[in-house]
Amino acid sequence: MSTQSNAMSESFQAQSAPPAIIPVTRVLYWSVRRELWEYRSIYVAPLAVAAVALFAFCLSSFLGIWEAPLRLNQAHAQAPFDMAAGLMMLTGIVVSVFYCLDALHGERRDRSILFWKSMPVSDATTVLAKASIPLVILPLLIVAIALAMHWIMLLVSSAVVLASGGSVATLWANSSFLRTSWLLLYHVLTSHALWPAPVYCWLLLVSGWSRRAPFLWAALPVIAIGGVEQIVFHTWHFAILVGGRLIGATPHVASTSPDMFPTDPMTHFMPGSFLSSPGLWIGLAIAAVFLAAAVRLRRYREPI
Amino acid sequence: MACIEARGLRKAYSTTIALDGVDLRVEEGRILGLIGPNGAGKTTALHAILGLTPYQGELRVLGRDPWAERDQLMRDVCFIADVAVLPRWIRVSQALDYFAGVHPRFDRAKAEGFLAKTTIRRGSRVRELSKGMVTQLHLALVMAIDARLLVLDEPTLGLDILYRKQFYDSLLNDYFDRNRTIVVATHQVEEIQHVLTDLMFIDRGRIVFECSMEELESRYLEVTVHPEKIAVARALKPMHERQAIGRSILLFDLMTLDKVGGQQLAAFGDVRTPGIADLFVAVMGNQSVVAQGVITQSVINHVS
Repeated sequence: MSTQSNAMSESFQAQSAPPAIIPVTRVLYWSVRRELWEYRSIYVAPLAVAAVALFAFCLSSFLGIWEAPLRLNQAHAQAPFDMAAGLMMLTGIVVSVFYCLDALHGERRDRSILFWKSMPVSDATTVLAKASIPLVILPLLIVAIALAMHWIMLLVSSAVVLASGGSVATLWANSSFLRTSWLLLYHVLTSHALWPAPVYCWLLLVSGWSRRAPFLWAALPVIAIGGVEQIVFHTWHFAILVGGRLIGATPHVASTSPDMFPTDPMTHFMPGSFLSSPGLWIGLAIAAVFLAAAVRLRRYREPI
Repeated sequence: MACIEARGLRKAYSTTIALDGVDLRVEEGRILGLIGPNGAGKTTALHAILGLTPYQGELRVLGRDPWAERDQLMRDVCFIADVAVLPRWIRVSQALDYFAGVHPRFDRAKAEGFLAKTTIRRGSRVRELSKGMVTQLHLALVMAIDARLLVLDEPTLGLDILYRKQFYDSLLNDYFDRNRTIVVATHQVEEIQHVLTDLMFIDRGRIVFECSMEELESRYLEVTVHPEKIAVARALKPMHERQAIGRSILLFDLMTLDKVGGQQLAAFGDVRTPGIADLFVAVMGNQSVVAQGVITQSVINHVS
């Protein structure tokens, strides 16, 4: 609705002063760029974790040359790859949580909100750009880095297999790369972007609301509700619900047995059942409410 | 059309009234100095004009409602709060990119030109620059925007005299023209006396005094009175009296004197136009005088 009124007054402006329009998409693009400049941990942290993991993998692979038989050709050939992907997802969750808690708090704390608000950028654009980091940018980045890791690991493994006189063809035949790549993208976008959206938007809202200690204010209500539920009903439904959202414990996404990794080649996509699950849409509706509240708060909030 | 027009502007925080019915009209092409003690409501008034805070009453800036249309308004309005609002992590080159990306009226070549006159390097982060350089940077960015209203809130706070003079010199020489309007709120009145076209004193959320600089020169006189003439001079009811190096300096409002009295002044001693600071002290110093000033001012407004 706000975009409509924007468009209306923009067309009115266009009549009086022709060059003064910048498309909303371009403003959004630069707003996202600014987030990446300010929070370099968004890409530095996953890259650093990936580098450390790759180093460890190379080390263990080369040490493995002298061990026979080579572990890579065994039934668990997929395990290091799954480990790399899982590490990236975990990093993504941690970075997202810390980013969201600071995104709307930091600019008020250092008073730079006065500078950002002196730019012709609406509060809605700013908040959307910030929300896009955990919901779009980081998931895509995580997938890209994980896939790059997979390729590097495959090449390292090939070198090791060659050096130890094994068959590279067997190795490559065993790794169902293309399929697991799609599965990884699918899993991250569903379980680590859409499913936890209400949690990330809640963190953004608290970040825009609290005067200090946003982490405390974000966690307290969850702990309080969970505690009351436990005392009254002796159950943990709420805590499990919130925790499950955060770690991406998604039902309906795919047919996997509990001990299978989400990118296991035997996994079966179930996008229809995911997209038609009420939990997804209830979560997204709650996320939208939190975001709208965050936009409204940013309009009213002054430097701390 | 007036650049800024306010009627009955009110703003109350939980315990204090920041603006108490401000009426204000700033024409295009003026440089208005908004001067008042700490907590007088200067910043609140400016924030209302910039759409950073909600208010009661009527306010139009360049024909727009600032609270409802901040982002559109900011295409034509620039704002420098004080030296501390540029984000400390941003690089000079990033600031240029960002302005060029989101601001439709930003002329990058112009900004580069202003920066070339300083010692600021493109790769520096704001946190690495001195306070004076940060102000230079912000001013260079803002002056490269073809805006119609520039709002400055204590822009030179904490800068040494050289930077302060340089700041206002570049504003006058490189930026100001008849199509632009500047509103500046400050304590440091000495440097801006020759810059302003209009003057406004604000105290406890009310405008207690306003006049143009021409009016100031033609209407107010400061006389360093010879000791033997002091009784006669005091009989003419000066606005204010202060002591300096053993002499009494009396400030007169010619509107309150008849013709004869006005001609007498030269006989009392040296006559000169008062500085803004002296006038400020005269208006603010004595509550009864303040009340009187408000009354004469409202009578004048009523008559004209």
